[in-house]
Amino acid sequence: MKTIIEVQNVKTIFDNKIVHNGLNLSINDGEIYGLLGPSGCGKTTLLREMVMLEKVQSGNINILGNDLSNIEHTKAQELRKNWGVLFQAGALFSSLTIKENISLPLVEYTDLSQKMIDEIVEFKISIVGLNPNDAHLYPSQISGGMKKKAALARALAMDPKLLFLDEPTSGLDPISARDFDNLILKLRSLLNLTIVMVSHDLESIYSTLDKMAIIDNQRIVYEGSLENIKSVDSKFIQTFFEGKYE
Amino acid sequence: MKENHLKIIYKNSELSIIFFGEFNLYRVSTCEKQINAIDFTKIKKIYFDFSKLYFLDTAASIYINNLEKELLAQEIKVDYISSNESIIDTLKLVKDEKKNSHKIYEIKKKNIIEDIGSATYKNYLGFISFMAFLGEMFATKFCYLRSYKNIRFKEIAFEINESMLKAFGIIALTSFLIGLVVAYQSAYQLKLYGANIFIVDMLGISILRELAPLITAIVIAGRSGSAFTAQIGAMKITQELDAMKTMGFDPYKYLVIPRIFALMIAMPILIFLADIMGILGGMVVANIDLEITTEMFLDRFNEVVAVKHFFIGIVKGPFFAFLIASIGIYRGLMVKDDTQSIGVNTTKSVVESIFAVIVCDAIFSIAFTNLGI
Repeated sequence: MKTIIEVQNVKTIFDNKIVHNGLNLSINDGEIYGLLGPSGCGKTTLLREMVMLEKVQSGNINILGNDLSNIEHTKAQELRKNWGVLFQAGALFSSLTIKENISLPLVEYTDLSQKMIDEIVEFKISIVGLNPNDAHLYPSQISGGMKKKAALARALAMDPKLLFLDEPTSGLDPISARDFDNLILKLRSLLNLTIVMVSHDLESIYSTLDKMAIIDNQRIVYEGSLENIKSVDSKFIQTFFEGKYE
Repeated sequence: MKENHLKIIYKNSELSIIFFGEFNLYRVSTCEKQINAIDFTKIKKIYFDFSKLYFLDTAASIYINNLEKELLAQEIKVDYISSNESIIDTLKLVKDEKKNSHKIYEIKKKNIIEDIGSATYKNYLGFISFMAFLGEMFATKFCYLRSYKNIRFKEIAFEINESMLKAFGIIALTSFLIGLVVAYQSAYQLKLYGANIFIVDMLGISILRELAPLITAIVIAGRSGSAFTAQIGAMKITQELDAMKTMGFDPYKYLVIPRIFALMIAMPILIFLADIMGILGGMVVANIDLEITTEMFLDRFNEVVAVKHFFIGIVKGPFFAFLIASIGIYRGLMVKDDTQSIGVNTTKSVVESIFAVIVCDAIFSIAFTNLGI
């Protein structure tokens, strides 16, 4: 299996607080990979470093063969077209409708005809399970669950190889959350995606993740699949998985 | 008060405190007074009698717990009499938690010198980051201007509509009133000397050269500058800017440069409008108050007001526009992840851009005078 993302010895310090003190992990092609840990441990920060929203202060992150710490502008732009990011609250552009939001990357980056773009948008809308009648609504007019689906559709617009999800099921009701898990599994098998997600939702951790890294006390205390997790001596793991995973 | 909540019974060197009814946080302070009044010097042992108590809350438990510690320190033995399970549980819970909990450390207060120092350093960093913003903007701007395809005509047109066409009314009204007021005040003085006709010289030069550009800039700073800050700040809070960056859309290209261009195009036109309306206001007063007819006014205007004054006023426009737009946008980008900072940054954006405009105007004034224009 090919390694797609490699994090080596990443250290992050905010003001006087050490967030990461030497993180190492690797993510393979086709995996659904989870970043877990107690709140404030820097899961989202690591995710932001991976998608180049924060600079890596020390260490290396390598994505699809590009070293993020000294990447050229054009290479970075190329890389950005290869991933989709789903933010916690969706982050849809509030001045554009759902349809315009999804079609934006297509309009900007490709020379497809308007008819073709419309068709692609329709396909993405149906694949994430949105109602096509809502396509002309603005983000402020739709519910939280629909926002997440629309944001996922936008993240998938360019058919990326990589998908980053920041707490995809938080703020959803249990039924929509399970639907979302199934959607992620379906997308992985349909589109052959590699998915990196930050999550707190035990149900979705059990049903979707192949591999995970658990960040606690500035370090990765565990990396691997669910099977061996109980053997790890960490207070967070013991409490988080206690009773649920026997 | 219909009943006493506690009763104190002395028995040689022993003391019983009997609690009645409900002991909760509303009663702690009255009980504390009563208990503090007790003379503990000869007491060897104290019984806390909870048998008549049916409820004890955590605040009261904390008090009892502290009291017990205090008494133990005075070498007085303490014992509880209670059959109520939930009271014993509450007491035990408080005792156990007390062992685990740590004091919340208090934030050290800074002294004045430290305050001044950190405020100065913050301002310095703020200035540096504004310079970094300008630098990045110029770098991207020149990069994008290489090809006209990169210019976002749609966004520029939208912003021109927002900040110019929709501002016509307010700019026209304010500058008309300013022209009216300036003419009215000076009409009184000029009449004293019988120098009525000089109102044309005065109005022409002051409005075209200084007042129209400044008033326009101040209204636009309050109108568009604050709007830029709030729009971009809100986009930052909802992570729209992050989303743009991860999709490879440079916010400078999509949000910053169209706004700056739009305002730089809009400002000279608005100043032109302000010129017209200001002079019109003056003309009305001259007509009514000083009996200078419109023909006389325009003849004199043509004679004495050189066209350079008009051009100086117009030329200031793009410079003011650049300052207002770049400060507004910079402040928007400085918004942090809380709603408070939108308010703070919008205020700062308006104040700083008006200040910058006035400083810029002063520099122009000195420069033009020295150049003899």
